[in-house]
Amino acid sequence: MKIATNAAQIGLQRETRTGAVTVPIYQTATFRHPGLGQSTGYDYSRSGNPTRQALEEGLALLEGGCRGFAYASGMAAITSLMFLFRQGDHLVVTEDLYGGSYRLFEKLFQQFGLSFTYVDTSDVELVRQAIRPNTKALFVESLTNPLLKVADVEQLSALCKEREILCIVDNTFLTPYLLRCLDLGADITIYSGSKYLAGHNDTVCGLVAVKDPALAEQVYFHQNGAGAVLGPQDSWLTIRGMKTLTIRLDRQQENAEALARWLAQHPQVGKVYYPGLPDHPGHELMKSRGKGFGAMIAFEVTEPRLVKQLLMKTRLISFAESLGGVESLITFPQVQTHADIEPETLERLGINHLLLRLSVGIEDKDDLIADLAQAFEGGDQA
Amino acid sequence: MKFATELIHGGNPIDPEHGSLSHPIYLSSTFAQHSMDHFGRYDYARSGNPTREALEEALAGLEKGATGLAFASGMAAIASTFLMFAPGDHLVVCEDVYGGTFRLLSTLLKGWGLQTTFVDATDTAAIAAAIRPETKALYLETPSNPLIKITDLPAAAALAREKGLLTIVDNTFMTPYLQRPLELGCDIVLHSGTKFINGHSDVICGFAVARDAEIGQRLRFIQNAFGAVLGPQDCWLVLRGLKTLKVRMEEHQASAKKIVSWLQGQPDVAKVYYPGLPEHPGYQTHLAQASGPGAVLSFELSSYELTKRLLEGVKLSAFAVSLGGVESILSYPAKMSHAAMPPAEREARGIKDTLVRLSVGLEDPDDLIADMDKILHR
Repeated sequence: MKIATNAAQIGLQRETRTGAVTVPIYQTATFRHPGLGQSTGYDYSRSGNPTRQALEEGLALLEGGCRGFAYASGMAAITSLMFLFRQGDHLVVTEDLYGGSYRLFEKLFQQFGLSFTYVDTSDVELVRQAIRPNTKALFVESLTNPLLKVADVEQLSALCKEREILCIVDNTFLTPYLLRCLDLGADITIYSGSKYLAGHNDTVCGLVAVKDPALAEQVYFHQNGAGAVLGPQDSWLTIRGMKTLTIRLDRQQENAEALARWLAQHPQVGKVYYPGLPDHPGHELMKSRGKGFGAMIAFEVTEPRLVKQLLMKTRLISFAESLGGVESLITFPQVQTHADIEPETLERLGINHLLLRLSVGIEDKDDLIADLAQAFEGGDQA
Repeated sequence: MKFATELIHGGNPIDPEHGSLSHPIYLSSTFAQHSMDHFGRYDYARSGNPTREALEEALAGLEKGATGLAFASGMAAIASTFLMFAPGDHLVVCEDVYGGTFRLLSTLLKGWGLQTTFVDATDTAAIAAAIRPETKALYLETPSNPLIKITDLPAAAALAREKGLLTIVDNTFMTPYLQRPLELGCDIVLHSGTKFINGHSDVICGFAVARDAEIGQRLRFIQNAFGAVLGPQDCWLVLRGLKTLKVRMEEHQASAKKIVSWLQGQPDVAKVYYPGLPEHPGYQTHLAQASGPGAVLSFELSSYELTKRLLEGVKLSAFAVSLGGVESILSYPAKMSHAAMPPAEREARGIKDTLVRLSVGLEDPDDLIADMDKILHR
């Protein structure tokens, strides 16, 4: 089955008692047991809830994994995966990763004796050199935040297999529609489901898909043990969002490409980072591995004053954190999403005082371009 | 403000724009900013959401703490709190702690290098004896689950203070209506809010309330970084559940007392554990620190066969895990709340295979008694 079909049918009820085509919201904490030592398969909603399970199974199906897991947030998903590791373990991590992940690794998990080496994961050689005897996993963003560097998930997975370490891919920017990481050899994919998967800027959630059943059992143990699960109403909203994943992304990509091309020729714009542009270093790789380039754009303006001007003067594009929703958003990574990373690191990576990040929504692209154009001009005309 | 009034008005300011008496459900993951230099109060819903904030403030107010935090489950609240500690740190924990907490401490956090000693916390001297130089906190449940043991909270908190330790109390069975550990000198209160706080068996949620703002700040950092937050719809349901906390607890408790006295008269009931019974060894201690015995009780039956017959035969009480809902729930600790504990550990703690735990709901107690009576006298 194609992904659009599987996505549209997530949660489709196969039981015939009511014939409802959407999964009910099981807003229940607990489940009655038929007898001593017997269970309906559900005991307590932290351990398993039918609505959440429909979402988890839906994601597993889209990813080609054996099992999916839903968490209270993307960060809760990452934290719960970190519970797979122990004191003394080492992980190799993408250097320009999401600031929240960086904060979690450096401020929370380092104190528990985990260590992290940050490298440019678009270079497989650098990853290879960073692996040590105590390295247990590679944590890589398939398309990085915010600089949109492209990781070769297939080669990195092969390297991880060779060195017997886990390959965990944060595939938030691409989704299984654009890049199927488990098929490319990764062990675990992780998502801030708040972004493209739920897609409506209305739900905070995290999702994980796992390929191997034994590993999935360990992931389940920590999902249940630490209990950072997603509630049934949010699970239902995420399912609802995922039904339109492919059509939303099709439109978002089309818009993003148009905006990237427009920005690239604008006199007040310097660098434009969008993997769909032929001069982007990851362009060819993405073309060969995936089904598209996503809908995130980063770009530098030519003068610092333009940062504030764009953030304040865009009318359709909201100045807000987050990404991946139907509404277009603009953010200033240096002070918003990546505020927890040291200033020197940010500067070295290119996350500077001129860089803006655009999450392109499904509005009409002409309106979005007109909105950016009037903001560049100062936004004062009515 | 008295407790019943605070339940209705605390943490629930009337929406100034529309006058709505009920707090709006903000189903937004992100919040648009108006200034580049000064971000608004909310930026991203994991870090802060107005619906969740209303609930967190309500909980902080009821528990008399500086900071309240809402989590995706009771276990998420507990796990997040334990993340305050570092490898090599040691905790003293009451021995019949909830099975999920036991599992967290004995597997996950043990792997992270956090040390735990389980003690009979009914004995303050036993707690004192377990404290080591690297001990950082006491972790207590009173009444405990499922054997309803009582820990002297003011004594434990005084001991902890003297030794420079935090006192963390899981207050799930009591709720702030019946017991407020922060007022007794403890530092952090935890809840499985799924239970009496929400009270309708329809939401999985957890809470932490810190007595002082500095500890609250540390927990807030972990809540945001770990991200095991409670979603806005669930927050709203809990705000709704909280409104009736006092009336529910009073009714739950009155019915529990009635059922306890009936159970005591049953020849097939070997033992009843309930802190409202004067013969309960913790009766005086409980009376001094809580304003009522609550509505969770455990009892032992004369045989395993009868235990099975009761669990499978009751019509009104649901045979299920969890507690604290409007529906009565009869559960079997050996295979439910404490299934995560190895059998030897469980038996050493006195959790027998004839032990049943009853969370008394809001049904008429006469009906609940008649339901069980039919089975005991068959």
